[in-house]
Amino acid sequence: MKFGVIVFPGSNCDQDVYYVLRTVLDQPVDYIWHTETSLKGYDCVVLPGGFSYGDYLRAGAIARFAPVMSAVVEFARQGGLVLGICNGFQILLEAGLLPGAMLRNNCLKFRCQDTYLRVENNNTPFTNRFRQGQVIKMPIAHNEGNYYADPETLRKLKERGQVIFRYCTPEGEITPKANPNGSLENIAGIINEEGNVLGLMPHPERCAEEVLGGTDGRELFASIIDWWPHRFRAGA
Amino acid sequence: MSIEVGQQYLARVYITLKPGVLDPQGEAVKQGLVTMGYEGVKEVRVGKYLEVLLEAEDSQKAFKQVDEMCRRLLANPVIERYSYEIAQAGEGSKV
Repeated sequence: MKFGVIVFPGSNCDQDVYYVLRTVLDQPVDYIWHTETSLKGYDCVVLPGGFSYGDYLRAGAIARFAPVMSAVVEFARQGGLVLGICNGFQILLEAGLLPGAMLRNNCLKFRCQDTYLRVENNNTPFTNRFRQGQVIKMPIAHNEGNYYADPETLRKLKERGQVIFRYCTPEGEITPKANPNGSLENIAGIINEEGNVLGLMPHPERCAEEVLGGTDGRELFASIIDWWPHRFRAGA
Repeated sequence: MSIEVGQQYLARVYITLKPGVLDPQGEAVKQGLVTMGYEGVKEVRVGKYLEVLLEAEDSQKAFKQVDEMCRRLLANPVIERYSYEIAQAGEGSKV
C-alpha cells in the first residue's frame, strides 16, 4: 500500500504525517506537490494541516483550485482513500468532497489543546481499530473548526452513520462544554457517503507515539493499513 | 477605446453570511459596541467586500464572469450569500 502526502504552499503538518507513516508505521510514502496532476500509483492520499495559501478568503478556499485537487476528486471518485486533517478537512469541504462548511470558532480563539473524541462509527477504513463508542484523545489546533451544515444535510449525515468523531468529555458524554469550537452537535470528523473520504479537525499525526503523549492517532493510520488487504470485501 | 482590448469593468462584490448562520465575529463586535454604550445595537453581521477590476468584451460578459467567480470561489454557497454591482471603469477609477 502506498501513501501520498499532498503539500500545498502553507501546509505545515506534511512532515509530521510523512514521519508517522514512514518511520512509525514503516509504510512507503511520498510527498506530492500541489502542482501534480496525477495520483497514479497511490492508494491513500493525505491532505495535511496548515494554512494553505495563507487561508486567504476562507480556509481551504484557494487550495481547492490547486492543480492536484482535480486529481484528488478523480482519485476519490475511483474509490481511493482520502484523509483530510484540519486544514485538509477544510479543503475537502471547499472542494465538495465532504458536505458542509467551517465557520470561525464560536469562542473567537485559536484553539490549541487536547480534546476527547468519541468514535461514533468504527466500521470505516479509518477507524476499524477503535471500538464503537471508544473515547480517544487527540490534539486540535485551529481557528475555523466550527462545523456547519444545513438541517437536511445534518439529518442525512446522522442517518447514514457519516458522523465519525464527536468532541466529548473524558467519560464520553457529548456536552456543550466538551465542544471546543461550537461545532454542530460536537462534530469533529465526518466521512463521505461512499466511505472513502474522511475529514477531521483533530491531528492524529501529533499523537502517534507515547513520547508525544498518546498513541490514539497512530491507530487511525494503522486502521487504514489493516483495512487495505480487505478492501474488495469491504467494498468502499 | 481600442478594439483589441476589451472594456474594463469594476465589480464591487459583497459577501455576507446567510441568515440563520451563526456569526461569532459579528456577535463579538456587537458586544464591543454595547460595552461602548451603544445599547441600541441589536445585531452585527460581519461580511466581506471585494473589488474586482476585470476586462471583458461587454457588460453582459462581465456580469456572467463575476457571477461565476462568486459561485465558484469568492463565496461559499453553503454558508454565504453574495451580491455585486458592476460599472464601467472610467479613467481615474481605482481598485
